Amino acid sequence: MTRDTGDDGTGGSDGQDATGDDTGDTRSPEPGVPRVGRDEQPSVFVPDAGAEGDETVAGAEGDEVVAGAEGDETDASAVSNTDRSGERLTDGGVESATGGTDSVELDPDAYDPVDVFAGGDLDLREGADSCYKCTSCDTSCPVAAVDDEFPGPKFQGPEQWRLKRKDDADIDDSITSCSNCMRCDDACPSSVPLSQMHNEARGQYVDEQMDKLSREYVRNRILSNYRFFANIASKTPRLANFAAGLPGAMWLGEKVLGIAGDREFPPFATQTFREWWGERGGAQVSDPDKRVAYFHGCYSNYNTPEVGKAMVRVYEHFGYEVMVPPQKCSGTPMFANGMLSDARRHAETNVENLIAAIGDGADVIASCTSCSMSLRQEYPELFDIHGIEDVAEHTFEAMEYLRIHEDLTGALAAGGLDEERAFAYHAPCHARNQGLARQAVETFRDVDGVTMEDVGDSCSGISGTYGWKKEKYETSMAIGAEMFDHMEDAEGEVGMTECPTCAMQMEHGTGYEIEHPLQLLAETLVD
Amino acid sequence: MAIDSDVLVAGGGLAGITAAVAAAREGADVRLVSYKASTLRQASGLIDALGYVPPTEPAKALREGPPTAGRGVDPDEWPDPDGPLADPFAAIDRLPADHPYRVLGADALRDGLALFDDLVGDAYGGSHTDRNALVPTFGGSVKPTARYPRAAAAGLASDDTPTLIVGFRSLTEYDARAFADRLTAAGVPFPVAGVEVEFAEAFRADAKITRTARALDADEPIDGTPAREALSKAVAPHLHDIVDGDGGVDRVARVGFPAFLGDDHAAEVRADLADRLGADVFEVPMGPPSLPGLRLEDRLYDALDREGVRFETGNPVVGVETAADGRVDSVTVSRKGREVPYAADAFVVATGGLVGKGIESDREGVREPAFDLHVPHPDDRYEWFVDDAFGEQPYARFGVRPNGRAQPLDAAGEVQYGNVFAAGSVVGGADVAREKSASGVSLATGVVAGVEAARTAAGAETTDAATEASQ
Repeated sequence: MTRDTGDDGTGGSDGQDATGDDTGDTRSPEPGVPRVGRDEQPSVFVPDAGAEGDETVAGAEGDEVVAGAEGDETDASAVSNTDRSGERLTDGGVESATGGTDSVELDPDAYDPVDVFAGGDLDLREGADSCYKCTSCDTSCPVAAVDDEFPGPKFQGPEQWRLKRKDDADIDDSITSCSNCMRCDDACPSSVPLSQMHNEARGQYVDEQMDKLSREYVRNRILSNYRFFANIASKTPRLANFAAGLPGAMWLGEKVLGIAGDREFPPFATQTFREWWGERGGAQVSDPDKRVAYFHGCYSNYNTPEVGKAMVRVYEHFGYEVMVPPQKCSGTPMFANGMLSDARRHAETNVENLIAAIGDGADVIASCTSCSMSLRQEYPELFDIHGIEDVAEHTFEAMEYLRIHEDLTGALAAGGLDEERAFAYHAPCHARNQGLARQAVETFRDVDGVTMEDVGDSCSGISGTYGWKKEKYETSMAIGAEMFDHMEDAEGEVGMTECPTCAMQMEHGTGYEIEHPLQLLAETLVD
Repeated sequence: MAIDSDVLVAGGGLAGITAAVAAAREGADVRLVSYKASTLRQASGLIDALGYVPPTEPAKALREGPPTAGRGVDPDEWPDPDGPLADPFAAIDRLPADHPYRVLGADALRDGLALFDDLVGDAYGGSHTDRNALVPTFGGSVKPTARYPRAAAAGLASDDTPTLIVGFRSLTEYDARAFADRLTAAGVPFPVAGVEVEFAEAFRADAKITRTARALDADEPIDGTPAREALSKAVAPHLHDIVDGDGGVDRVARVGFPAFLGDDHAAEVRADLADRLGADVFEVPMGPPSLPGLRLEDRLYDALDREGVRFETGNPVVGVETAADGRVDSVTVSRKGREVPYAADAFVVATGGLVGKGIESDREGVREPAFDLHVPHPDDRYEWFVDDAFGEQPYARFGVRPNGRAQPLDAAGEVQYGNVFAAGSVVGGADVAREKSASGVSLATGVVAGVEAARTAAGAETTDAATEASQ
């Protein structure tokens, strides 16, 4: 399920791609409606022959073009279909009834009654039709609980999608108040792809309705491209930390950019994880049959390399060969800000390198639950990149993978801490959606010297970049209030969570030091 | 295999939770996996056992012609349902022979209710008697139910206390005046009036119920007035709204609200309002989003944690791996596309019915998708339903058919897998909507499936140990 976000790297608001005639006038007024048929069809988003100069393909190593010649070929034919008709394909039914091939012959096996309806709006229709308006999503939405202006996920998803069927109406700007916590996905008893609908609508809103010169756009672009700035800052981490710590630095950030001035910018590590990895000489364990590729993401690399180091120690303890492929941002902050073009560019690099590691026999491991969420769910939902399904299927959260493949409970029974430690654990929303909300508590429940208390199922409220926005700061802290209270009530004086931004919020609200479960795992198993 | 337990329960609703706790109490190490957040949050929170025995007239062709011409019972021949029943246990013998209550026995229902009573403690009423209580629900009907939340206790219909039903202009699904009129028409033994008041008009419609509950929980100011005070001030002018035929006025002694009186501090909210109004306060159970359902979900998941059951929500069970002896070795859980085996010695299927997607149907047939258990149904899909929407719909009883130990049977009537048990709406044979028996069926099948699964797992371990010893 894909849509063209008009990625030409500049996000021009005039609706014309830099490459011009290749996509023709395929601009669709509906959110979530692919311009060419169904999801099984090639995405117009895949760089076609005319866009070879794009950094993705150029960035591929030599002739090993992972996007694949086949992909380019089918893509070109899809584009020519569009050209033939000279306008947006409205007979998507016929297209999909061919079973996803570019043949115009009807394939009886692929024929479905729904295909007879005109409009070509087949992509998210099934999701919208599955909604029976039970409002479970609204009930579980942390933003709707505290923000009386926010209409809730049912409106943002299926209702807005339906409203857009006929009229060329704008996306309601309340879409920017959705924090992309994805709790609605977990709550929906009818499997409506709510977060996917929100991502699509937000992408379209940013693409077509947002003023690219506005302070909000610039601020969001900066926040969602955290990696770009972290990369620069980490060249001179001490200077960057000093500058961020200067009196007035955050005040300036608030006044100029609208970044919440009450927050403290996270310090950059003096040595990034990758620098450490290089200095160490890479993997210390070699085993072609037991390989994992570590997706450290931006935060473990630039800010908390101790999490990455703990991951390496734990995995090498279990005899895994750890690979650290080249990688960019997972895209989570970009999805949350509707910057789908940026996310796609990064995804191409990630998929290319991770698929190569998978080819070498590795599974992909992430220590950040939002990174693993993105690779597993948002990637295949939003982009059609060769190999992206394989990446999704081979990706795991770090502790989840060990719980599946190793006798973690047995190993922990032998380990333990010499000195008692108590933790207040918060399950990130994105961990919840992967079925991981309970794993830290259950893993450490019977470990000697560890007390782990779940601080409840509320959202921390920061949701990545959301709580960093000046106008969302109050909402963010109101959502987090319940978690702060429960943390204060818990015995532990150290917080624990998998998500870096949840950790920022926990620290910001309570002053606690926050650790990652991998650090405790390393402490109990390896030390 | 790393993910292993004695008993694995698939499904996180009332039946799955009951089975998991029942198995844990037998000494089993239990893991519960649930695809989505529990559907308890959509439930009314009432625990019904058996309210009616509906007539089960066989459908026949109503007109000459093709199968689409219609099937059912001639409206002139429609018999009345048996009920509302005073005593659900006394009516079990009048249910069809393949009803789960008949197959598992009345004691299963007793055991299930007893386990429930133990898990929820004093948050629920009704355990003092076998007899049904009559609880008004928001459509204006009175539902026979075996257990009811304390929050609904003051509203029982078997009482002559003058009653005021409060509705809200902005809460369109709940018309208090129509509700009161319907109660009167139903012949309730108490005078009743309905009134619509203004309160928290600014809250968004979609999030209104939970938003109001939280505002009352925290007593947060609404337009400057604390929520509880604002609500009682809105209601107070109507405490003398009941006027009898002679113009006499009864001061109401109890006030019913939509079920949104607080979440974590519901008892405190009710007590505070009762104090301010000088009348008992009760909640009328509603459809989703249901605060009584959310509160029950919280309570039961806390109980799971207390009982040492491991649980995870977010990934579906999509298949099984069987061993050579025809037993199930493991279920396959889809973790975002990657299929991971979860091994156990025994399994409970509590994945829900047609609404909960534990049973699936299309033009080709009706299936249980996770374990591929046999679901008996007519080949001709025109025989799955009858014309009368409220009639004896065959599809309502679709589901797996258990034996007395809650083991699903195959087409030949043999046990399909020796170590698989079924609980809840995935079990067929009951028309829970017409019978008002959904919770009772979940509790009865849940407790039997859980206990039997734990015993099977214990037996498997003994066998394994014996095999190892003999080697």
